[in-house]
Amino acid sequence: MSLEFLVASAVAVLTAAGLYLALRARTFPVVLGLAMLSYAVNLFLFATGRLVVDLPPIYDKAATGYTDALPQALVLTAIVISFGMTAFVVVLALRSYLETGTDQVDGRRSPADMTAEDEQGRQA
Amino acid sequence: MLAGPAFRLGRPAGVATALAGTAAALVLLLGLAPGVLAGQVPRVSVPWLPALGLNASLFLDPLGLLFAGLILGIGLLVLLYARAYLHAEEAWGRFFVVLLLFQGAMLGIVLADNVLLLVVFWELTSLTSFLLIGYWNDRPESRRGARMALVVTGSGGLLLLAGLLLLGGIAGSFELSVILTRREAIQASPLYLPALLLILGGCFTKSAQFPFHFWLPQAMAAPTPVSAYLHSATMVKAGVFLLARLWPVLAGTEAWSTIVAPIGLATMLVGAAVALFQNDLKGLLAYSTVSHLGLLVMLLGFGTPAAAAVAVLHIVNHAAFKAALFMNAGIVDHETGSRDIRALGGLYAVMPIAGTLALLAAASMAGLPPFGGFISKELMLEEALHTAWGANDWIVPALATVAAAFSVAYSLRYVGHVYLGPRMPTPKAPHDPPAGLWLPSAILVVIAVLAGIAPQTTLGWIVTPVADAVTGGLADPLSLKLWHGVTPALLLSILAVGVGLMLLGAHGPLERTRPPMPQAPRIFDALVAAAVRGSRVFTHALHEPSLQRTLAVLFATSLALAGLAGWGLPLTGDRPRLPASPVAIIVWFGILAATGAVVVLHRRRFLALVLISVIGLGVSLAFVHLSAPDLALTQISVEIVTILLMLLALNLLPKDSPPLDAPMRRLRDGLLACAGGLAVGLGAWAVMTRIPDRTLPDWFWANAYPGGGGTNVVNVILVDFRGFDTFGEIIVLGIAALGIYALLDTTARGAAGRRLARRAAAGGEGTPRSPERHPLMLVVASRVILPLAVVTGLFIFLRGHNMPGGGFIAGLVFSIALLVQYMASGWDWAQQRQRIPEHALVAAGVLAAAFTGLGAILLGLPFLTSGYDYFTLPVVGEFELATAMLFDIGVSLTVVGAVMMALSQLARVAQRAETLPADRSPMDIDPSRDPEGAR
Repeated sequence: MSLEFLVASAVAVLTAAGLYLALRARTFPVVLGLAMLSYAVNLFLFATGRLVVDLPPIYDKAATGYTDALPQALVLTAIVISFGMTAFVVVLALRSYLETGTDQVDGRRSPADMTAEDEQGRQA
Repeated sequence: MLAGPAFRLGRPAGVATALAGTAAALVLLLGLAPGVLAGQVPRVSVPWLPALGLNASLFLDPLGLLFAGLILGIGLLVLLYARAYLHAEEAWGRFFVVLLLFQGAMLGIVLADNVLLLVVFWELTSLTSFLLIGYWNDRPESRRGARMALVVTGSGGLLLLAGLLLLGGIAGSFELSVILTRREAIQASPLYLPALLLILGGCFTKSAQFPFHFWLPQAMAAPTPVSAYLHSATMVKAGVFLLARLWPVLAGTEAWSTIVAPIGLATMLVGAAVALFQNDLKGLLAYSTVSHLGLLVMLLGFGTPAAAAVAVLHIVNHAAFKAALFMNAGIVDHETGSRDIRALGGLYAVMPIAGTLALLAAASMAGLPPFGGFISKELMLEEALHTAWGANDWIVPALATVAAAFSVAYSLRYVGHVYLGPRMPTPKAPHDPPAGLWLPSAILVVIAVLAGIAPQTTLGWIVTPVADAVTGGLADPLSLKLWHGVTPALLLSILAVGVGLMLLGAHGPLERTRPPMPQAPRIFDALVAAAVRGSRVFTHALHEPSLQRTLAVLFATSLALAGLAGWGLPLTGDRPRLPASPVAIIVWFGILAATGAVVVLHRRRFLALVLISVIGLGVSLAFVHLSAPDLALTQISVEIVTILLMLLALNLLPKDSPPLDAPMRRLRDGLLACAGGLAVGLGAWAVMTRIPDRTLPDWFWANAYPGGGGTNVVNVILVDFRGFDTFGEIIVLGIAALGIYALLDTTARGAAGRRLARRAAAGGEGTPRSPERHPLMLVVASRVILPLAVVTGLFIFLRGHNMPGGGFIAGLVFSIALLVQYMASGWDWAQQRQRIPEHALVAAGVLAAAFTGLGAILLGLPFLTSGYDYFTLPVVGEFELATAMLFDIGVSLTVVGAVMMALSQLARVAQRAETLPADRSPMDIDPSRDPEGAR
């Protein structure tokens, strides 16, 4: 098995899992799915610089070869941005749960989640 | 534009400024006029968006001169009229400013050399017209009329934009002066027909051609000065103007004559017939305007130079008598309080001046000798006689004569049923208006009369050069005189007058027997309502109210697009593959297993979190193996912070996800997900197996050290070459943190606050808790770790420019060091010791980065260029200081601020749901403070 196959298949599996989870009907799996999608996307972006092993990304007169530093720089910012996004989405999920009493995102609402107060709110 | 501020100074000052500005522009224009008529073309051009071909270029040729003169001249009269017309309590400032704005935009249309600029002004007239029609915004019919006008003319403007873009594309330039020289190229192009149709769409909507005419009568809800100005003399002529402007390149083809002339003829007929049966004075005039616009369009549509010259003549005539009549209708409304023809009559006796003016203007409109309208109508009939459709040479003149007969009838009805006949009681006792109201229309009537009596002297000097400008010098000078001898046109004219009089006489019976007219506004409303309903259904089908649906559509669409783009490309490239070591395979397997487990076990949320951190760890290891130490460091520290954050959030969220989705939906999602994963994986494979283009990496590699002064190329790219990206990124991070703050800081109130309070009251039952809140060992260890972690962070930060590390990673390490303190001793304790609020950290970080960048500008270098130098200190040795480091400090501060803000806010919300009293001591058992504490 080549390294390229490993990375490509890992990206594929992470993407598939991310997509599936993002399509679930509650907030938390959606957050998990987005996190997985960010792993997959970051890996993909990184892979556009091609895979190299044991070559420095640091300038060195003795070096015989080197990696492509640009995708690395882009992915570094992407990782931090993904953190910002995940943090925001988690907090959004939390707030909406606290506000509405349900963590569903399919536009419906199962009766088990409803409190007496919400019931009154609906009827009012 | 000066008039706006001037109205603050008082009404007279504002009106005076408006008048002075218009008058000054008119004088300026007249100063240029002799030169223009002699063949000079003054031009101004300023590049605006040269990349789009959009230049602010203006030019003044005879056609532009004629229209600019009409706009400014009638504008001046209308301003004078409006001064007397508006009531004291109206919003004068708004009215005059928008009217002047319209005037400026209209001038822009007729003077623009760049067609894109023309569209900009075109839309500007639609917008100002909307504001003016809706001037009395407390009346529903005003709002409705304004909305309808905006929808029709605005969407027409979009068509026009598309058409002119096509035209410019064919001609290779967006400058009119160039386009006008490319007749052969344009008419031979396969895109000629689409461009023509789109441009005509714009012109026909603006100039109220059938079947888009319905907005114009509805626009009569505007104050009368606006109707007189926009809806008779200027704005509605913009479409005619553009037809005339583009006549040299567009006209003369089969398509042009078969589309433009019949539509013009139809409009002329429909407008004239409907006008006769209008009972509202302004409605009658509006339909008559529609009819006359149709006449103009028809003349231009004939495609012969002579007909185009007649159109030019009629533009002037129509502007004169129609604006005068609108002003007159305003006078009647003003004096009697009614515009209903059925309720008016015999006004001549009490309003002789207004009556005389109306009589003269209406006679010109009817085309009676010896007025201007007679000459242009006769010439029009003459042209109609020369026009044959197929083998049929009588239908055009016949229909034109019918329209002319209707026109005689409604013109005389205006005079006969309002000023003559029996006197009717009116809401107000009428008398002749003050001079401010009748004088402007009197000036126009004088022109209309002179245009008939001495046409060559009055209009010849301008009409001939303009006709030359429109037709490119092909038209013979018109023979402008009243008496051409007994010609077929004269006979038709006489016939039209006779039939017109009969129609007027039969008005009463006709009114009772005519078929009901289709109600265009109602059809329009139904269309709009249907469009709204349709888009609502569409929107609902795509997203609201379910996120699942939105995402599924999004994923499926992107998948389809990606599949379409990538279909048929060879999958594998030529790059030799790298062999995988056993360790790599183990890590790969770990990632796959953890991913599978997360999918299967995602309902058990804590477990899923643990598993997802395994994936993060695996990805970090992959980065280590694949020569990306910076990424590995970043990934692992971000991983820690993310998991902490999710744990905190999960404390308040439900701990599990009871299944909601039907098996079918899960199957569908699973298939979609697998297809997406496969596509992305194949894409990654295809990229990785191809031989890369090394230009860009080589450039960075060669320039990082000499240009950026650092050996860590990744870091140099981040803080120097792509510093602007990084700058934007930390701003995004700061905004996310502030968003989190905004979301969580308000949870104490409203439904969320009540829910939190309920939770607190319920005592958090069901949540297993450790008996030790702040364990001694953890607290002590965290205190020891803090300085160590800070030093590590500093080390990572300082070496970042040359070795793996840098501001991002250092910031994350600092944050983790601080978070450990929060974890060990609780939010209250840590918060008490916090000196600098997180907001300040975020702000300071962004500002530090911005000032570093601005420093470079001060030195005359591009934003965010870094400078550097080497310094030698005893003991430490030689080291480097770069301004990039200041930037990196900014990055670091922002990261710390953002992370801390997110987590401490979450912790604070969790605190609200706690039952236990706030605990401000560092640990449960404090041996130093409480020697007996160890029970």
